[in-house]
Amino acid sequence: MTIDLVLFFGLALIAVVAAIAMIASRNAVYSALFLVFNFLTVATLYLLLNAAFIAVVQVTVYAGAIMVLFLFVIMLLGTERESIGGRIRWQMPLSIVLGLALAGELAYVLLRNDIVQGPLADLTVEFGSPASIGRVLFNEYLVPFEVTSILLLVAMIGAIVITRKQREEGK
Amino acid sequence: MIPLSWYILVSAALFSIGIYGALARRNALAILMAIELMLNAVNLNLVAFWRYLTPNVVAGKVFVLVVFAVAASEVAVGLALIISIYRRRHTIAVEEIDMMKW
Repeated sequence: MTIDLVLFFGLALIAVVAAIAMIASRNAVYSALFLVFNFLTVATLYLLLNAAFIAVVQVTVYAGAIMVLFLFVIMLLGTERESIGGRIRWQMPLSIVLGLALAGELAYVLLRNDIVQGPLADLTVEFGSPASIGRVLFNEYLVPFEVTSILLLVAMIGAIVITRKQREEGK
Repeated sequence: MIPLSWYILVSAALFSIGIYGALARRNALAILMAIELMLNAVNLNLVAFWRYLTPNVVAGKVFVLVVFAVAASEVAVGLALIISIYRRRHTIAVEEIDMMKW
């Protein structure tokens, strides 16, 4: 059980430090790579929570597909550098105050209401396997699944329509 | 045993860092990445609650999968918008995209 604690603290520290580094780095390419690092750390946290399938999907979809899309667009546009100091001077201090206020409120509510449950239930080996998740997804949650597929289709068509060059306008 | 509230604290820290990034960065791509970080924190929350409170129901994992799909479509449309704006204005700094302001 102590190895779990050590793993958890190490992973939590790495995740938070990677997130801060992602926000603090001015170069968008570094930001994206730190975000990949953060996603991989959170995937390991999922493994610690016995959610192996979610961890694998996190690595393939988030760290793989989505971040490759981000890096592709950053390098395509060539706008990775962010100029320092904009027109809105009070934006940075106000965001620090708002972020810290949210973190403080969340930590206060969490630490005041003790929501710790009893000992963890043991999980069987095949519980949460892709087969069992698929069975539940296609039986109980069929309608949300279909709505998600329509959402993906709409996003795909929307991305194509938005980025298409308007030839009719130019003529 | 790791208490549930520690997982939620990590998730809250990641979410607050994401809030700060979405508010303070001026690069539209960085703002989109900060929103991804916030979605990721919510997912960690969902998985932790599933494991600790309802480990016999797979609903928590199904919820996470739906959030994955929503995040993927959000990124696709968001990046398409950014590319389209860059073609017209040659910038993705959010304070210079103010053509709908008067």
